[in-house]
Amino acid sequence: MNDRWHKIGHLHDIPPLGARCVLTPFGRIAVFRTADDALYALEDRCPHKDGPLSQGIVHDTSVTCPLHNAVIALASGEMSGPEGGRTRTFDVRVDPASQAVELSLEPRSAEFVRPDRPLAAAE
Amino acid sequence: MTEKLVIVGNGMAAGRLLEHLTETDPGRYDVTLFGAEPRVNYNRIMLSPVLAGEKRFEDILIHDEAWYRTNKVSLVSGRRIVGIDRAAKTVASEDGAVVSYDRLVLATGSDPVMIPLPGHDLPEVISFRDLDDVERMTAAAAKGGKAVVIGGGLLGLEAAAGLKGRGMDVTVLHLAPTLMERQLDPSAGYLLQKELESRGIRVITRANTKAIQGGRHVESVLLEDDTELDADLVVMAVGIRPNAALARSADLEVNRGVVVDDHMQTSDPDILAVGECVEHRGTCYGLVAPLYEMAKVAAARLCDDAEAAFVGAVTSTKLKVTGIDLFSAGDFAEGEDREEIVLRDASRSIYKRLVIEDDRIVGAVLYGDTSDGAWFFDLLKEKADVADLRETLIFGRAYSGGAPLDPMEAVAALPDSAEICGCNGVCKGDIVSAITGKNLSSLEDVRTHTKASNSCGSCTGLVEQLLSVSLGDAYDPAAVKPMCGCTELGHGEVRRLIVAKELKSIPAVMQELEWTTANGCAKCRPALNYYLIATWPGEYVDDQQSRFINERVHANIQRDGTYSVVPRMWGGVTNAQELRAIADVVDKFEIPTVKCTGGQRIDMLGVRKEDLPAVWSDLNAAGLVSGHAYGKALRTVKTCVGTDWCRFGTQDSTGLGIRIEKFMWGSWTPAKVKMAVSGCPRNCAEATCKDVGVVCVESGYEIQIGGAAGLDIKGTELLGKVDTEDDAFEVIVAVVQLYREQGWYLERIYKWMARVGLETVQAQVIEDLENRRALFDRFVFSQRYSQADPWEERIRGRDAHEFAPLADLTLKEAAE
Ligand SMILES: Cc1cc2nc3c(=O)[nH]c(=O)nc-3n(C[C@H](O)[C@H](O)[C@H](O)COP(=O)(O)OP(=O)(O)OC[C@H]3O[C@@H](n4cnc5c(N)ncnc54)[C@H](O)[C@@H]3O)c2cc1C
Ligand code: SF4
Ligand code: SF4
Ligand code: FES
Repeated sequence: MNDRWHKIGHLHDIPPLGARCVLTPFGRIAVFRTADDALYALEDRCPHKDGPLSQGIVHDTSVTCPLHNAVIALASGEMSGPEGGRTRTFDVRVDPASQAVELSLEPRSAEFVRPDRPLAAAE
Repeated sequence: MTEKLVIVGNGMAAGRLLEHLTETDPGRYDVTLFGAEPRVNYNRIMLSPVLAGEKRFEDILIHDEAWYRTNKVSLVSGRRIVGIDRAAKTVASEDGAVVSYDRLVLATGSDPVMIPLPGHDLPEVISFRDLDDVERMTAAAAKGGKAVVIGGGLLGLEAAAGLKGRGMDVTVLHLAPTLMERQLDPSAGYLLQKELESRGIRVITRANTKAIQGGRHVESVLLEDDTELDADLVVMAVGIRPNAALARSADLEVNRGVVVDDHMQTSDPDILAVGECVEHRGTCYGLVAPLYEMAKVAAARLCDDAEAAFVGAVTSTKLKVTGIDLFSAGDFAEGEDREEIVLRDASRSIYKRLVIEDDRIVGAVLYGDTSDGAWFFDLLKEKADVADLRETLIFGRAYSGGAPLDPMEAVAALPDSAEICGCNGVCKGDIVSAITGKNLSSLEDVRTHTKASNSCGSCTGLVEQLLSVSLGDAYDPAAVKPMCGCTELGHGEVRRLIVAKELKSIPAVMQELEWTTANGCAKCRPALNYYLIATWPGEYVDDQQSRFINERVHANIQRDGTYSVVPRMWGGVTNAQELRAIADVVDKFEIPTVKCTGGQRIDMLGVRKEDLPAVWSDLNAAGLVSGHAYGKALRTVKTCVGTDWCRFGTQDSTGLGIRIEKFMWGSWTPAKVKMAVSGCPRNCAEATCKDVGVVCVESGYEIQIGGAAGLDIKGTELLGKVDTEDDAFEVIVAVVQLYREQGWYLERIYKWMARVGLETVQAQVIEDLENRRALFDRFVFSQRYSQADPWEERIRGRDAHEFAPLADLTLKEAAE
């Protein structure tokens, strides 16, 4: 059990509607915090062209990629829109007593999927 | 020789008459226009939104100075005509000038009725008729305190809502038992009263005012029943009286108003009269729709059209208080032979009543949902037989065919004669043929060509539906294109409502304007953040999470997630010490690429995010600050070497560029702003494709605006020419401030200009010096909160979390 969860910091370290990064052997993982304090962990890599999702704008339970505005669902890692594409997600939880944030390094969704056509929303 | 036409009164009727005249037969008359108000023609009915703070005076102008110049009308404003000599065919103005005429038009409007109560002449007793009144009310409201509005009709209530919105404690006194009793039945009057009360406006009906009390200033208002109400301001809005004094003194036939025939001719064949000052077939009007009709007839008459005739009009009323939907038309007194159909929906505060006589609608009152107002009004005016529709009539047009129509089909089904714009009397046929005949594609186009939706604006939705019915998918409702998927509202509307409703935070905007998402999206949040910063400098706290990453970390994100850093180099000028500091930073942080930007700056590309604070710290130590190359902000002012070095230089272009940049850096704008100053027309700084450019010439400074050299390429247009550097500086600051206040997020200056028109910009920053100064001052005020070097703040530790990873599990994992 303890092997699975890694303490990475406190809830207050992550700004609401923001994200922080964690360096891991699987690359950079972004931990997002929503307006109502739900946390999500995703590989910090946009399915489109590898944009750093942690730098995007968070809204509801999605993040908009800073490079070309792809919208990625935090829960599933999936890109919205017809193009498909998905980034990997990880489990993250908050210890209710200490507010410590704990991350699991076992990817929940196994593969990273590129969108199958050019991004319509790209600007 | 050209005949001389003199028009007395520059109000709404006169303005419209001139439009028809200049359209039909531009050179026909040599026109002189006298207006007692010291200003150009404006949309009087929009004074209410101005009072409410939802519009500014500039927004309601009808004809600006340029219009009079173009149309060769000599406008003499601020000058009252005091006499007419019909024998000599001259008019005399108050300053003694005498002007002769061949034809004369009286358009003197009406005067507000001031009940001669004791105390009515105290300085704080104000009527509600022109801009001066609005300014006096606004000034009084700025001091807070209590206002008493005498009169609960259209004007009184619009005044009350406006003053309340400006923070005054407002009481409305109304003589009749219910509000607006001439336009509304008691039920609707009651609903209205309840709504106003829920907004904190106190309403006292059956209130008979006895006196306004106070020594040198208003102190209170006393009612017949001895109730005493404290007051700092009294607005008297009890009615209007046709302003016929001038006609009377010239012995024209006058009853209540100046008597005219169906051709708007007075008892003197050389004199016509239009507007609220006239009496036609025993009726005096107080709303613009019939006056516009009169203006059209009079213009035709002046162009020798003997046919055109005004035969009277039925009018309808709408109250222009944001959030209150109310419509009434016709006559709704009860009567033996009259039936009525009533629909009430208490939970939604909807009330509709139709009065029917001989199977024809004679009156309609709608409260809460006025979408069918135009349709009922049409049926009423056409005296249409509604026997077949009776069953579902009250549910409106959507049900009239048995099955509900969607709004689009409903509009498509309207007959060509259906009136869409009540104010300007424009019917569906006119609009559709203008759209198809003149290839119109936007709301603005329709407004310019047909005047529809150009006055009170309440038919805007219908006009847009007509555009989409006529053009199908080709219609791009740019004017109302929602900001994003989270709202129906467009940028303009949102900006307006932020001001009108004093919304001062993103959650407040989303709540009040009914955002459909919990916390917006990546499109609307940065826009709202900008609008709030620009509207409430010093009050609103910048929301970092609503900014794009570039503005959050003050550097430009690159394709690989690294950043580029551009220090400011004022006017593009640098020196050895700065260059050395840059070189050191490049070495120390192993920055892979150093490159010159298009705006004469040095760009260091490929900086790792973690290194940003340290990079800035080193640059800061050498006196370099953030270049805002990443922001929707003033980017660069490019300059040439001007009189410092160049043999052609006419002015100190480098100095002016540096002065502008040092003054304006740090301010946020709707989209990026690039500037340049060239020392002579050879234009080495390429000033004529910038957002704002200056081309110096021997005799001064040409200020250029609205260029683009990106996705679109566009040369600038000349905003104006000024003599001194100080003037150039002030104009530039003012025009940028105007853009900051009006621009939509991500709308570059050239697009903003295309939307609002170069002339309106010129009127505000070139012609109107006072306004220029006011804009300048507002910019200065907002700079107090913007001109902090973001790098320096970050070095001191602000938002440090942005730059370091939260945890590093790489080693840990390896150890395990
Ligand atoms: C606050 C407000 C809200 C309104 N809302 C609506 C609405 O929603 N819908 C609607 O249909 N109507 C509305 N009205 C009424 C509408 O504005 C008037 O019906 C319309 O302006 C009348 O036009 P006019 O040209 O006859 O007179 P005005 O627009 O009053 O113009 C007359 C002009 O003549 C000038 N003048 C008078 N005597 C002389 C002289 N001797 N020499 C030189 N100049 C002179 C006056 O100074 C004035 O500028 C509203 C009015 C007000 C005040
Ligand atoms: S724009 Fe004129 S003054 Fe400036 S460098 Fe070029 S030639 Fe010289
Ligand atoms: S033109 Fe501009 S946006 Fe396009 S690739 Fe070059 S730097 Fe990027
Ligand atoms: S890399 Fe994310 S949208 Fe292109």
